[in-house]
Amino acid sequence: MSKYHVDEHGFYGEFGGAFIPEMLYPNVEELRQHYLEIMASESFQQEFRKLLRDYVGRPTPLYYAERLSEKYGSRIYLKREDLCHTGAHKVNNTIGQILMAKRLGKKRIIAETGAGQHGVATATVCALMGLPCVVYMGEVDIARQAPNVARMKLLGAEVRPARSGSRTLKDATNEAIRDWINNPEDTHYIIGSVVGPHPYPDMVARFQAVISEEIRHQLLEAEGRTDPDYLIACVGGGSNAAGTYYHYLDQEEVQIIAAEAAGKGVDTGESAATSALGRVGIIHASKTLLMQTADGQITEPYSISAGLDYPGVGPMHAHLFQTGRAQFIPVTDAQAMAGGRELARLEGIIPAIESSHAFAVLEMGAVPPDSLVVINLSGRGDKDLQTYIDYFDLT
Amino acid sequence: MAETQSQNRIHQALEKPGKLLSIYYTAGFPNLEDTVPILEELQAAGADMVEIGLPFSDPLADGPTIQESSTRALRNGMHTELLFEQLKDVRKTVDLPLILMGYFNPVLQYGVEAFCRKCKEVGIDGLILPDLPLEIYQRDYQHLMAPYGLSMVFLISPQTGEARIRQIDAASDSFIYMVSSASTTGVQDQFGQGQDAYFDRIHAMELKHPQVVGFGISDAQSFQKATRTAKGAIIGSAFIRLLEREGLGGIRNFIENIRP
Ligand SMILES: Cc1ncc(COP(=O)(O)O)c(C=O)c1O
Repeated sequence: MSKYHVDEHGFYGEFGGAFIPEMLYPNVEELRQHYLEIMASESFQQEFRKLLRDYVGRPTPLYYAERLSEKYGSRIYLKREDLCHTGAHKVNNTIGQILMAKRLGKKRIIAETGAGQHGVATATVCALMGLPCVVYMGEVDIARQAPNVARMKLLGAEVRPARSGSRTLKDATNEAIRDWINNPEDTHYIIGSVVGPHPYPDMVARFQAVISEEIRHQLLEAEGRTDPDYLIACVGGGSNAAGTYYHYLDQEEVQIIAAEAAGKGVDTGESAATSALGRVGIIHASKTLLMQTADGQITEPYSISAGLDYPGVGPMHAHLFQTGRAQFIPVTDAQAMAGGRELARLEGIIPAIESSHAFAVLEMGAVPPDSLVVINLSGRGDKDLQTYIDYFDLT
Repeated sequence: MAETQSQNRIHQALEKPGKLLSIYYTAGFPNLEDTVPILEELQAAGADMVEIGLPFSDPLADGPTIQESSTRALRNGMHTELLFEQLKDVRKTVDLPLILMGYFNPVLQYGVEAFCRKCKEVGIDGLILPDLPLEIYQRDYQHLMAPYGLSMVFLISPQTGEARIRQIDAASDSFIYMVSSASTTGVQDQFGQGQDAYFDRIHAMELKHPQVVGFGISDAQSFQKATRTAKGAIIGSAFIRLLEREGLGGIRNFIENIRP
């Protein structure tokens, strides 16, 4: 097996594993034993592909961004995950996991959410399948992401405030895990990124891998080659990035760039640049890089983008960072916002602020001219309008 | 297979006749310097064993009471090195079996081996690290930890399968921590029929190691129910609520009421 994919113990190099309390063992073990077999089954693949096509709207276009290309002197393609139903790549994973949950006989769905994108994507598939849905969301995030809270409620989900700790994404994840401990038989936890205990990082990466599968076909059609020179994605937990890189991990000649959120600057104390600031540790049952005190207490990150505001990173990405397979570039709020506005003005596309981080690396000179580049446009910017308004004073 | 350790205080306590009462509290709560005074009170009151919780920012197996005590302890300034510092002379006054209970990340940051060495030095007898599962312990850490002779205590829950319970029994060397129901700590439901069936099922397995029941035990009645078949029981959240309500002065009364 490839050195960049998960090994038989659930690790990527030294990262990953399932550091779970025993109370979670039956749930996680059930999933671990069955997920590959279920995903490989023909009936699963048929249902998954059909929903991705007819419900999500896949394949999403691979769009040649002419004016952006001109500006940077490269051939730049955008993978349009922003055109997915619900507005981001997150739904690829929730479709996969809801089908998984059904095959495992689960009757109740729980999820965590930060900005609300994964919560909306989960509430959506629960409505689609008629399953009850509880979404944990930090109290602080509930207050600052009101439209997504309303969306989830409209879709029939119950949004439960996480009141512990810093009352943001990491605490919402803790609450979801606690819920799962308390409901060990009928409940499936749809985790929102390539984080958490094995097999979640691998399972979520496989569901998102449809992104790179499509890129290969679409790039071949457009350029006569499957492989770009550069692949660029933003990394919060790392699910859109994992999907973008997945089928290219072993093609070492394809350069991989991961844009992470530097917030106000890596050294300002208000940052979420995990590769720069993190040390090896355990968060949400996974051994990975995470931001923490010397004493091992997990610290609160900061980014203007709620979806990148996570103190850890998926174990696959920690491994890609450590092995040098991927280049991690910290992007500040200011650089990301400028990148987002540039895309809006050059291409008529308003990106999610998470995705704006990926575009910012162009201006930072990370890609030499005359390169063939694919950037994953992980989501659309509607949800971020208020942030754009405040930031650029658009009133 | 676990090495057979020479007898430590946990083994001695388990061998005594009668039911064993163990108390959990979070180090650094309610006040930073309460760690050893609480131990001394517990010893005077007649508790049999103590689990000292090393507070963690993200205690995902814990309910609201222990979460809150952990947050407060951290805010008070508790950290790993300070806890060891506080416990430096504890064996001059306290003879109870002492177990450190904490999440794995702070241990990892301290250095797994250094942590165990320090535990041994101050007189800790055992460790409960709920998010260090058996397989990973055995594969990656046992060789580092075993030389320090601490008893590693593993958990089982009502959902744990028989084969796995036997595996955990084989890997244990003192007692098995039997989580009373599918829950995080402190969930206050009744000890009902389901639990009796679970207790009987485990009892019938005739495990090598005694079981001590934890999670949701709060008073004399639940203590009695939990120890019908098990050797002992652990009270955590209810004890922390007592400390919050009455401070250290309430400890003797609390213990006497549990086990008249
Ligand atoms: C549009 C978009 N992109 C990226 C992310 C970050 O998540 P991940 O790194 O898992 O792709 C989010 C998370 O909310 C998002 O909404």
